Amino acid sequence: MYSDKVIDHFTNPRNVGEIENADGVGEKVSSSCGDRMKVFLKVEDGVIKDIKFQTYGCGAAIASSSMMSELVIGKTLQEALDLTNDQVADALGGLPAPKLHCSNLAADALHEAIKNFQATTA
Amino acid sequence: MKRIYMDNNATTAVRPEVMEAMLPFYKEHFGNPSSVHWAGRETGAALEAAREKVANLINCTPAEIVFTSCGSEGDNLAIKGVADVLRDRGNHIITTAVEHPAVLSTCEYLTKQGFEVTYLPVDGYGMLDVAALEAAITDKTILISVMWANNETGTLFPIEQIGAVARKHKICFHTDAVQAIGRVPVDVQAAQVDLLAISGHKIGAPKGVGALYVRKGVRLTPLIHGGHQERNRRAGTHNLPSIVGLGVACELAASDLKGAAQRLRQMRDRLERGLLAIPESQINGHPTERLPNTLNISFNYIEGEAVLLFLDMQGIAASSGSACMSDSFGQSHVIEAMGVDPMMANSAIRFGLGYDNTEADVDRVLEILPPIVKKLRDMSPFYHERDVTKATA
Ligand SMILES: Cc1ncc(COP(=O)(O)O)c(C=O)c1O
Ligand code: FES
Repeated sequence: MYSDKVIDHFTNPRNVGEIENADGVGEKVSSSCGDRMKVFLKVEDGVIKDIKFQTYGCGAAIASSSMMSELVIGKTLQEALDLTNDQVADALGGLPAPKLHCSNLAADALHEAIKNFQATTA
Repeated sequence: MKRIYMDNNATTAVRPEVMEAMLPFYKEHFGNPSSVHWAGRETGAALEAAREKVANLINCTPAEIVFTSCGSEGDNLAIKGVADVLRDRGNHIITTAVEHPAVLSTCEYLTKQGFEVTYLPVDGYGMLDVAALEAAITDKTILISVMWANNETGTLFPIEQIGAVARKHKICFHTDAVQAIGRVPVDVQAAQVDLLAISGHKIGAPKGVGALYVRKGVRLTPLIHGGHQERNRRAGTHNLPSIVGLGVACELAASDLKGAAQRLRQMRDRLERGLLAIPESQINGHPTERLPNTLNISFNYIEGEAVLLFLDMQGIAASSGSACMSDSFGQSHVIEAMGVDPMMANSAIRFGLGYDNTEADVDRVLEILPPIVKKLRDMSPFYHERDVTKATA
């Protein structure tokens, strides 16, 4: 039921972990299932230099976190803010309908981390 | 990659002896068992032989067996059938919070028809309090429906005690024994049960066949009206090959009930001990009053679906207590009723061992699962934030 991309990112998730002294930290808890994602950012000159995540959730949530991290690493904060949940799901080759909400965690947690960075540097 | 099937509470493979017994009834012996000619007489005899085998397994007379299309039909026929007949005597039904949807949804349906249903709670082991059950009885109570064994946790209810209470108060007693059959001794006389549902596909017979035990003298309104099959209790031309298969599966189960249970228990216990060595894991279910084949276990800080996916990729089929894969994003109603901590509940994994499992299968799960738990915990924010002083306990 999961695409090959989902299985790949789930089996070998990229950028798992945490960044000490991160420039921005954000998290999101899913209102529908209670699953949770935490994102750590290293930002230089408005560009995401490094990103790490921790996820408590299903296979789709883990794959979405991993895919999101790959999509935004090296991107500007504005580009990262423009990333939508749908884009994460599309990049994974789609998600089964009952698992669509799982990709919501990824972009939302990322945006929280960016907001946290912007609030602390402003 | 070797495939390992450990989801026998969901369904079982058809046993080879069952398959072999069924095949002639598709081709050579195709007659309608209700026909009077040679073709019908042949299959009529096979039908009655199967009925006898089912009756033997649960200690009743063949006339008390009604063949059905599945366990769900048996539960529906029992509950709706009795409710309809006894409607003038009362409108109160007692059941439990942890029944299979075949019972729970049927009760919800009856609620819309004016019945009142009491859903008894369970304790942390998923166990029922018989005194609370007796206290719930009113002069309007017409039916008690309590499962023999829980499909998710394997917890066994004290059916004999409940039977005695039901008999004392002269209330009809139905039990969903779909998971208990073939795994623990089931005796409808000792348990004083009036109605008992069986499903073929949990005991090595095909999917789509079952039976309902109906104690002599218990009247039911049929679900399916039509011909006179099954003494007017269930119309429809018999699914003869499957019924023959159900008979053989019951015969096989009866011939080796103790031995099979012991083998299953030994493997299950070893799996359980090995997995409990993982810190912050817990069994969901009763420590002793439990089906010998069932292990429902949680690993804190991670989610069950992710564990199952990793297991699946290594060829191991188990199932999740959480309903994450379905459209309803809640946790299992069974685990919830037990008051299990929500994060523990979310990681519940169910192993249901079966005839085909070997000690080597257990070894393989014990080799593969601990690293999966570690990998997922390393990824989990809750694991990194846990109270380490408490967690080492
Ligand atoms: C306890 C219990 N009751 C009823 C059923 C339904 O049986 P069937 O699938 O034959 O309708 C099941 C099977 O999932 C079960 O585990
Ligand atoms: S079910 Fe919770 S994130 Fe997928």
